[in-house]
Amino acid sequence: MVGSNRLSSRIVFLYIPLALFTIFLLFPFYWMLIISLKPNSLLLNTRVNPLYLTEFTLRHYRYLFENTDFPRWAWNTAVVTFGATLLSLTCSILMGYALGRFRFKGGNLMGTAVFLAYLIPPTLLFIPLSQVVVRFGIYNEYWALILTYPTFLIPFASWLLMGYFRTIPRELEECAMIDGASRIQAMRRIILPLALPGVLSAAIFSFTLSWNEFLYALVFMGSGHMKTIPVGTVNDLIRADVFQWGPLMAAAVLGSVPVAVVYMFFVDHYVSGMTAGAVKG
Amino acid sequence: MAEVIYDHVTKRFDSVVAVNDLTLEVEDGEFLVLVGPSGCGKTTALRCLAGLEEVTSGDIVIGDRVVTHIPPKDRDIAMVFQNYALYPHMTVYDNMAFGLKLRKVPKQEIDRRVKEAAEILGIQDLLNRKPRQLSGGQRQRVALGRAIVREPQVFLMDEPLSNLDAKLRVQTRGELIKLQRRLGVTTIYVTHDQVEAMTMGHRIAVMNQGVLQQLDTPENLYDRPANLFVATFIGSPAMNIFPAQVVGGDGTVQLVAGDVKLEAPPSHRNRLADYVGREVLVGIRPEDLEVVAGNPESEGGDTVRLPVELIEPLGAETLVHLRGPAGTLIAQGEPRIHLDPGDVVTIRVRKDHLHTFDPQTELALF
Amino acid sequence: MTTAPVRTIAQVAPLPLRQRVRLWVESEPVLAYLFMTPGWLILLLFMSYPFFLGIWISLTDRTVGLPTGEFVGLQNYRDLLRDGVFRLTVLNTFIYGFVTVPFKLLLGLLLALLLNQAFRLRNVLRAALLLPWIVPTALSSLAWLMLYDPVLSPFSWLLKDLGLIDASISFLGSRGHAILSLCLANIWRGTPFFAVAILAGLQAVPQELHEAAAIEGANAVQRFFAVTLPVIRGIVVITTLFSIIWTFADFQLVYVLTKGGPANSTHIFGTFAWQEGIGGAGKLGMGAAVSLYMFPILAVLSAILLRHVRSQEA
Repeated sequence: MVGSNRLSSRIVFLYIPLALFTIFLLFPFYWMLIISLKPNSLLLNTRVNPLYLTEFTLRHYRYLFENTDFPRWAWNTAVVTFGATLLSLTCSILMGYALGRFRFKGGNLMGTAVFLAYLIPPTLLFIPLSQVVVRFGIYNEYWALILTYPTFLIPFASWLLMGYFRTIPRELEECAMIDGASRIQAMRRIILPLALPGVLSAAIFSFTLSWNEFLYALVFMGSGHMKTIPVGTVNDLIRADVFQWGPLMAAAVLGSVPVAVVYMFFVDHYVSGMTAGAVKG
Repeated sequence: MAEVIYDHVTKRFDSVVAVNDLTLEVEDGEFLVLVGPSGCGKTTALRCLAGLEEVTSGDIVIGDRVVTHIPPKDRDIAMVFQNYALYPHMTVYDNMAFGLKLRKVPKQEIDRRVKEAAEILGIQDLLNRKPRQLSGGQRQRVALGRAIVREPQVFLMDEPLSNLDAKLRVQTRGELIKLQRRLGVTTIYVTHDQVEAMTMGHRIAVMNQGVLQQLDTPENLYDRPANLFVATFIGSPAMNIFPAQVVGGDGTVQLVAGDVKLEAPPSHRNRLADYVGREVLVGIRPEDLEVVAGNPESEGGDTVRLPVELIEPLGAETLVHLRGPAGTLIAQGEPRIHLDPGDVVTIRVRKDHLHTFDPQTELALF
Repeated sequence: MTTAPVRTIAQVAPLPLRQRVRLWVESEPVLAYLFMTPGWLILLLFMSYPFFLGIWISLTDRTVGLPTGEFVGLQNYRDLLRDGVFRLTVLNTFIYGFVTVPFKLLLGLLLALLLNQAFRLRNVLRAALLLPWIVPTALSSLAWLMLYDPVLSPFSWLLKDLGLIDASISFLGSRGHAILSLCLANIWRGTPFFAVAILAGLQAVPQELHEAAAIEGANAVQRFFAVTLPVIRGIVVITTLFSIIWTFADFQLVYVLTKGGPANSTHIFGTFAWQEGIGGAGKLGMGAAVSLYMFPILAVLSAILLRHVRSQEA
């Protein structure tokens, strides 16, 4: 790096700003965590410093599992997330492959259409889509989300994979086809293994987006036991302005942990996917 | 092993004709080189043979089968690509075995063939490496090995040496020739490098703008180019070309360009007879222009005196740039010739090596 | 000279039908459309179809529970224009979508420049600081909901402890406060996205350019404007447009923090459409019309974005 490396200037221009950013960006998580572990007696006492944890309890977590539907919400979220991710990935690999590697009339147009589909937000569609879901007889079923999440997952993942497939030299599959592979075999045995990092990025993205989705889950699968974690937590744990902050924060922590863990394991794939999303769409 | 026939093959990309009515026959066991400048259609012609491009019209025959509409995998060919196209996620062994596995060749047979090919190429120690751990030369060998183990009817090679550095390229060139002669597999080899073409091929097909210009042995191509393009494309430095007026009279024919007058050798008189009073293009290779020391008498009108423009000593020879009647002429002189720009030297023209071309059709006059 | 084949080629027998079909299916254009079929089928069924259905519904007075409604023309759109809450919603959405952007951009740029320096734990910090953007917004918004609690807010506690205020702040109690609070939470969530995207752009700035500029005597600030900014300009523009689109069409944050309150004063398009169409009255037609009012703005933003992405690719 060009620039002064003297310690004092590094403290003023690097460490202090970084510390401020860290506090700003991570404090809500810290807060979430300590509240979820705080006994109610301390939690509701406004005279003690709320920023520390002087004693802790797992009562709120136990409450979540024993007195609420949280385990069921977690199961629902997992089913929907895996289903939607799997479906989207299958469609996106095929679509990205076609857009990235085949020469055909209308290819550019299709690419643009996929990009525009990526920009259509759920808030624009959720009301008519709820009618479609009812008409197809999948309202309040897992299919309601497994089939609708791909509307935002496929455009993104296809776009990402299209870019990825393009980086793989054409000769590789041509060579495989001369070596005796059909097009499908060349794709499965040569191109797909090489595109694995891209597929992983797309998978992680689909996973987090599905896990985090709120509006469709609220509208299409929001009754009875079929809620997902975000919907169940927000709707069922907040009843008529009586906030049970302990269990609420415990649910927020537990609902965030899976994505955080997946993210931490694959952070580089995530970031490369995200910047591909930002740069290329 | 088999012969290969292109029968009036045309390939169009939208409005661009990449290969135009190509007809040629490659004999069984022959090493045929397709050469030409970039964009001349040679690679497209090869890709049509491989089945990577669908021909627009015409037919392609390999052995006794018309393969025009047969997918690449069923054509029984192997191809070496310019960038080698090694599968990055497979070891050298798996790269070589891939095609055989797809064809359900028994395991022991695969093993035998891969090891045999590896031995031929001297890459036995590399079998467990991944392509990225290999040098350029080693990758090239693996690509060759992958073609060899397949024991195909035809080898297709698309500029397989052009990613190697100059020294390695010359060495590999020799090895490749020996290998092909030893295996005796029909080979079609694409290159833009006329030196490669001349040294490697049994026969050479010169292409330009999608059209086959000449198909012949290296010697014939060099000595009897069919047209201006072949004449200037083959040979380095390139053949000198200049326009000259054909002047006839009492049994002799003279080629006149500015101050230079050359009497056409008897062998040329007949072909030039029709051109008396008109212009032709005269071609002469640099080695057929001899720089004569001193200032000897003219013997039979085959010497001319021209001023020197530039000297390029190349070690084994010296290229002498001369101010000719129409632009620069290059003559090939002795290695340690002492000349300076501005000197006027005597040049002896080997007239029996003269080439003449029709200025309109650019075809050689025979 | 071309030489004619010495031997005539055996007449080509027509390929058997099965092989011809195979050949046709394996040709690139056919295979391409075949590959795209599953994806497009889903997009057509669950995106295009509802989009056009939405336009139809917005022209009716359809309500939840009833099979169809009466065609009412542009009545819903006209009613909305006269509706004070809707007009407030439009204003809120613009504040929420546009006013937060400069903050996210500036903070994100600053954070990216910091993370582009060499220091220990850099990768850990880069990963950790992206968390606000990757955890479920509905759940992190719950944390903000408590941070904004009129009684339990640690902000109020801290300010009182420092003697700066006497009574707890009512973060979500009035429209002004609530909108500021929403914007703050939105900036919190969006800043890491900007930072990571811009960081990727920064890492593409050739080091030699910096060194050349430094040799010519440019200081750090001059180098930033002369060397860094031109290189990351494209990425900044595209990131900004994405962020505007997403924020503009947001739902969760506002739904969790205020649900549009107090007194319907903090709605944005998404939450107001939900309240009209699903949550409250169940007036599907009206809700669909609210959503569709977003469309022209989204279309313009998308067109600009598309143009930038195209030029970035070229």
